[in-house]
Amino acid sequence: MENCEVILAGFGGQGILFTGKLLAYAAMLKGKQLSWLPSYGPEMRGGTANCHVIVADEPIGSPIVTKPNILVAMNKPPLDKFEDSVAKNGYIFVDSSLIDRRVERTDVNAVYIDSTRIANEIGNKNLANMVMLGAILKTTEVFSLSEIEETMKKSLPAKRLPLVETNMKAVKEGYDLV
Amino acid sequence: MGEKVLMKGNEAIGEAAIRSGCRHFFGYPITPQTELSAYMVKKMPKIGGVFLQAESEVAAINMVYGAAAAGVRAMTSSSSPGISLKSEGISYLAAGDLPCVIVNIVRGGPGLGGIQPAQSDYFQATRGGGHGDYHLIVLAPNSVQELVYLTADAFNLSDEYRIPVMLLGDGTLGQMMEPVDFDSIPEPVYAEKPWAATGTENKRDKNVIETLFLEATELEERVLEREKKYDVVKEKLQRYEAHNTDDADIIISSYGITSRVVETAVKILRDEGIKAGVIRPITLWPFPEKIYKQVKPKAFLSVEMSTGQMVEDIRLACECSAPVYFCGRTGGVIPTPDEVVQKVKDILKEVK
Repeated sequence: MENCEVILAGFGGQGILFTGKLLAYAAMLKGKQLSWLPSYGPEMRGGTANCHVIVADEPIGSPIVTKPNILVAMNKPPLDKFEDSVAKNGYIFVDSSLIDRRVERTDVNAVYIDSTRIANEIGNKNLANMVMLGAILKTTEVFSLSEIEETMKKSLPAKRLPLVETNMKAVKEGYDLV
Repeated sequence: MGEKVLMKGNEAIGEAAIRSGCRHFFGYPITPQTELSAYMVKKMPKIGGVFLQAESEVAAINMVYGAAAAGVRAMTSSSSPGISLKSEGISYLAAGDLPCVIVNIVRGGPGLGGIQPAQSDYFQATRGGGHGDYHLIVLAPNSVQELVYLTADAFNLSDEYRIPVMLLGDGTLGQMMEPVDFDSIPEPVYAEKPWAATGTENKRDKNVIETLFLEATELEERVLEREKKYDVVKEKLQRYEAHNTDDADIIISSYGITSRVVETAVKILRDEGIKAGVIRPITLWPFPEKIYKQVKPKAFLSVEMSTGQMVEDIRLACECSAPVYFCGRTGGVIPTPDEVVQKVKDILKEVK
């Protein structure tokens, strides 16, 4: 798919908002219409975090995603909360390292990625979001690997540029899993 | 169009203000507008500007009074409970005919309320939150790009009319990111400020910005003089966006982020063959009343994140040419397009 309505959710510190920003920035570089809306409030590491990203060709109406065609659940509460709202034939990405149940819906595509464990294996559990991003890219083809790499290079501040390689390694791990 | 950048609404207001010549910002943190202050504290020192985090909202608005009286472009920002605290100062700014820009990134109320987006400060913004006969010019953008354009307009309008301008956003607009182009924003138009208290250099009589007039007739005269200015603004400044109104059975009005929900709803309605049109006020004061007298729907609908504060402005504007209904959520809850669609269908059954 080229356009999408995404809810990414997990706990604070998992890089949920960052992953959403990458999708948003990649969309901007492609000349698409887009919006990125974070949950906000008394947030903290370990608390809940989610963001809504819309990529479209037409100007975007409501930036609030009510029927996502991609749901990314990096822990269990968002899967419980958003599973029913996912559009028919949409995708639900589940971090199976942290979520011990299966997707109950049968009219959506469930993708289980052991992202936190894999991230640990490649040396940094904070890269679980990047492993998951790789799986999303391969499954939905919303952006190519090179588009995401380009996005990282353009959007990260100069001092964080060394992270592009580390991030892309994790993205490719996830990409090759599915 | 220049190169676009991806920015949060709150930060985009800051950048637009700086590009509009604002070098004096007086802030006090409150969710969901704090990123604006944070942006200003990063940028202002680098460009020779002033960022000051005041000890309270009351102090911040009075610093705006001082800066504006000295003739510079000054700004403050807050969210609902903080704006209530600033209201006394805003009344004084209006009384002093001082140009300035006040940003309200609205959250749920009353009281401390909540921190999620709301539009329940409509009355406060459009009727004057403080005491006395006064108005603010109130601008209501509905995207990050429009936040930027209207920030630039806010400074220009405020200078032109010597009326404080309120930029009325909400938590969603403040927090969301969208691509923004800064190259296309309106150029700053600086007004001459012969009234400003800039120092006489022993060459002229001193300028005094005052708001106390114990002689009743003198105060009345000043208030009525200001009223004339408001009449000009009401005549010249009504801004709105309208579409699909010609054949509309129902015209939906909403402003700010809610208008985006309505756009999605109207698309669904039109796809189903329901004749829905849109009037989106961009100036909330002056309210764009002229357009409401030109349209002939069977019903009007106001969609808001409040208990229906704009409803009465629509009633006044359309002079009850059709019933005005309300659909909305409040307390920080955002209405969904489906709720709006359902409400429209219910109304059209009633007004057939």
